[in-house]
Amino acid sequence: MGGTSTKLPKDLLSEYQELTFLTKQEILLAHKIFSELQDRENGPYSTRVSMEKILTLPELKSNPFQKRICHVFSTSDMKDGSLSFEDFLDLLSAFSDSATLEIKSHYAFRIFDFDDDGTLDARDLEKLVNSLTGETDDTRLTAEEMRQLISNILEESDIDKDGTVNLSEFQHVISRSPDFVSSFKIVL
Amino acid sequence: MPRRKNDVAVTIDDVGMDIDAEYDSGSDVDSKRRAKGRNKPKPAARGRKAKPADSAEESEEEEEEAPRKRKGRKKKEESEEESEEEQRGRRKKAAGSKKKAVAKDDSEEESEAVKGNKRRGGKKGATKKEKEEENNKEKKGNGKAAGKGGKDKQDDKKNKGKNSSSSSSDDNSEDESMSEGEMARLKEEVEEKKKLIATLRNKPWRMKRRLKCLKEAQGFVERFEGALGKGKGRRLYAFKVMMTKKLIKFNRDFENFKTACIPWESRIKEVESHFGSSVASYFIFLRWMYGLNLVLFGFMFGLVVIPEVLMGMPYGSIARKTVPREEQESAMDFSVLFEFGGYCKYSIMFYGYYNNQRSIGLLQFRLPLSYLLVGVGIFGYSLMVVIRTMAKNANEGGDGAEEGAFTFCWKLFTSWDYLIGNPETADNKFASTTTSFKESIVDEQENLKDENIHLRRFLRILANLLILCCLGGSGYLIYYVVKRSQEFAKKDRNELSWLQKNEVEIVMSLLGLVCPPLFEVIAELEDYHPRIALKWQLGRIFALFLGNLYTFLFALFDEVNTKLENEKEIRNETIWALKEYYANYTLYHNVTENIPPPNISPADVIRGPCWETEVGIEFVKLTVSDIQVTYLTILIGDFLRAVIVRFLNYCWCWDLEAGFPSYGEFDISGNVLGLIFNQGMIWMGAFYAPGLVGINVLRLLSSMYYQCWAVMACNVPHERVFKASRSNNFYMGLLLLVLFLSLMPVIYSIMTLPPSFDCGPFSGKDKMFDVITETIEKDLPPFMTDIFGYASNPGLIISAVLLMVLAIYYLNAVSKAYQNANMDLKRKMQMQRDEEKNRRNNKDSTNQVMKDLEDLMPNKSLIPPPSAEETEKPADLLSKSPKVTSKPGAAATGKGVHVQKDVSLAAANPRAPVTRPPGPRPPGPLPGNARGPPPGPQGKGRGRGGPPPRR
Repeated sequence: MGGTSTKLPKDLLSEYQELTFLTKQEILLAHKIFSELQDRENGPYSTRVSMEKILTLPELKSNPFQKRICHVFSTSDMKDGSLSFEDFLDLLSAFSDSATLEIKSHYAFRIFDFDDDGTLDARDLEKLVNSLTGETDDTRLTAEEMRQLISNILEESDIDKDGTVNLSEFQHVISRSPDFVSSFKIVL
Repeated sequence: MPRRKNDVAVTIDDVGMDIDAEYDSGSDVDSKRRAKGRNKPKPAARGRKAKPADSAEESEEEEEEAPRKRKGRKKKEESEEESEEEQRGRRKKAAGSKKKAVAKDDSEEESEAVKGNKRRGGKKGATKKEKEEENNKEKKGNGKAAGKGGKDKQDDKKNKGKNSSSSSSDDNSEDESMSEGEMARLKEEVEEKKKLIATLRNKPWRMKRRLKCLKEAQGFVERFEGALGKGKGRRLYAFKVMMTKKLIKFNRDFENFKTACIPWESRIKEVESHFGSSVASYFIFLRWMYGLNLVLFGFMFGLVVIPEVLMGMPYGSIARKTVPREEQESAMDFSVLFEFGGYCKYSIMFYGYYNNQRSIGLLQFRLPLSYLLVGVGIFGYSLMVVIRTMAKNANEGGDGAEEGAFTFCWKLFTSWDYLIGNPETADNKFASTTTSFKESIVDEQENLKDENIHLRRFLRILANLLILCCLGGSGYLIYYVVKRSQEFAKKDRNELSWLQKNEVEIVMSLLGLVCPPLFEVIAELEDYHPRIALKWQLGRIFALFLGNLYTFLFALFDEVNTKLENEKEIRNETIWALKEYYANYTLYHNVTENIPPPNISPADVIRGPCWETEVGIEFVKLTVSDIQVTYLTILIGDFLRAVIVRFLNYCWCWDLEAGFPSYGEFDISGNVLGLIFNQGMIWMGAFYAPGLVGINVLRLLSSMYYQCWAVMACNVPHERVFKASRSNNFYMGLLLLVLFLSLMPVIYSIMTLPPSFDCGPFSGKDKMFDVITETIEKDLPPFMTDIFGYASNPGLIISAVLLMVLAIYYLNAVSKAYQNANMDLKRKMQMQRDEEKNRRNNKDSTNQVMKDLEDLMPNKSLIPPPSAEETEKPADLLSKSPKVTSKPGAAATGKGVHVQKDVSLAAANPRAPVTRPPGPRPPGPLPGNARGPPPGPQGKGRGRGGPPPRR
């Protein structure tokens, strides 16, 4: 962004405050960071920042779900995971301290839903386990362990026994968790 | 009216899938409104040019429907655009409200169209639009009410007819002013919009849609808020609206300001990203503690220390504010000052310095009273804050009802700590997640199998015995040392070595240093799960600290008692000396009156030991030595170790970083406990040493920076990165316990021990709390004295206690009842879920209970076939659930929300792909109908069967 438009218009700022769980300072900080990312973007200027650039943020760098997060929050038509500023704010709002369990679990579900089909099936869960255990061989679970784990998980959460976890089942589980809200957080 | 039906179907859908909170409130409002619409004849029906308007109405209807359809299509496309997953994922929550919003859009558009067509005034358009929306609402309400069965259905039809007629009559009317009812409705509408604005951030939509929605809602509010205030109430209303706006803005600014004021946010964030939220939780706790202490410091200094400094007598004016003659040479020595003797002892920091003048300075400040009240008020304030924080923490986070019900799910879904921003920590986290997965799998497999349980039991008992021995030993050691130090205290200071002088502090700090690792070693024997082991470890360390503290206290009280004996003698001596002086004076000068007080320098006055100051000094010394030990441990145990490991690694035989010494880990539980005990000492000591609070504030402040630095510079993330979880409240509970335990000795000393006769604000009184009775007698009007007299009557107090006990009993019973209600609801949910499941899986009832019942029935045909039942049950379900939730008092309201959620859990899983082409919705069953009943056969009126067969 050029020097003139680096400032957020005041009314927009207040609207963003109304619409997100972020405070004024956080929005301004987010805007600053976003502008910096935009400046570093090579190629023609656009209002979006590509996924690669977003992922250079230290807050997302070592997150195993980084790509999923970008995809979920991106409104790009190209499905390339690039974020506009509003998407970026959406992301931060969902991960902010004061966001409700409702919002957080909703987005968590979408992040975990790797194939975007609206339910967490066995393949999603497998991918999820793999991202949590890391990619190296010594931390990976064996096929047998994986099978056992996934069946246990489905046993616990799949209330309607259709072999998948849907959003409401997911939220049901999450809402009982003591520490989901405190750990599903990204602070700039 | 097929189209109407269509609409109704859509609205039912909307309502059914609305989010919980809105649903609850909405149902009430809607039903009310419906009642209004039914009962009250439309006030604005004048019907002048009825005929042409009717035809116009017809065409208008057509026009209205068109955009709606268009809109519907658009909506379809929109949702199609979004990925499938999104569509499904949102269905349950958002779709309802989304469509609702769209429906609102529709009405808005309609009103626009009307305006364009008929070229009426803005106001007219407004009322018209209002009507439209209301109709929508009513339909919605009807749709909802349809769940209640056939009776309502008929009403619906009537209602619908009425609606259409009323809306047409509305169009006919041309009156300019709004009637009361309309005003009220408009007001309600505006309120609703406002509510929407307030809750918009809770919707998981894209920013764009939220922005649009917000703008619309804001526009609506702006437009119609002005129209609301008419006649005499207008000014007031406008003022009110303006004020609320200002207030909102102010609140937001204030929030912003508050968050800007929170210190060390970035520092903690940095730690958080490196070490995960558990380590950060320690620093957040530290910050919280700092805030608490800052307030205590404000009380202490603002109400006690500063007044004494400004308005009290200066140093050296009276005996208690002067260093005695024999101590004066060494009073400025560092060694003495370091032990808080000399000038320190006779300074503002300690109890003894304060004068017992009833009121001081220009303001007639009652210092002794203020001293006592602040001393007690500190406890009161801390208690309040701790309990409030605990309550707040308890509200947050899930209710965690069934421990262990979701072990695997939680491990999978909530184990990642999104705050981790450091690759190394992330690697550790990966490893620990893997191990925890593996562990839990193994646990699950060998849940029941437990080899050699006897050995384990034996080992556990042995370990506990060992630890008990440790605790007892440490307690005895402290008692012994304190006793010895009393012996030493009787000797001359100069003969004693440094070690002998500081024995107590050294021993206590060493015990605190040595015992926890020892416990850890012993705990290895027990072979508990790490989390349980951590709890045990915390409990043991807590017991150790507590035991030490209390042994120390008892030893101290022993000392105080000997001091009190000692003091009596000295007091008698002084009185004797004074009497002698007076006698001599009369003898010499032969006057019996107006004898000037003895002219002795304040440094030479005979004085008592002033046990309060001694106790204060002990606490200050303890605190300071604790600070020293903590800081030195960090410096040596962490920093030096890190330096050695880092730089000696170049020339060493084995890998120091990976091998034996390695880098230190941040010991969260130990640090938190240290902080808690430090706070306990502050609470206990603050009464005897007002300066202690100041020292503590400094300590916490420096500790923040120092430990932040130490953690970042010399520690490595935990091998097993575990999350903060709810241990926060665990710590708070410990803090509360410590607060209570530190409150007791102070209150005891205030209530029972006589204060020193020649030092401190309460000198000359029998008991410290006499200050209060004195104030009541002298400063308050007599009737107040009477009141207090009655209030302190034992009979009254006993009955008050009785009342409290009764209240506690009652509340306890009530909470039990609520618990039962909760259990009941849960069971109901379970049953409903089962039934839903059955219905989906097969038509036959597989529920065991139902099956048994069926078997028991003599005539099976009594039970209608499941297909007929199927259409009925959801109606029951629907009519039941809002009732349950809309009753706020029945159960905890939080639970109510859960109930809603869980009911929706049982609903059909909308997994069928979208097969219909985008277009107007067919009246048939809709996929993704989360809570609303699955509409029955299409032919049957409004998607519901006839009157219920069994009722």
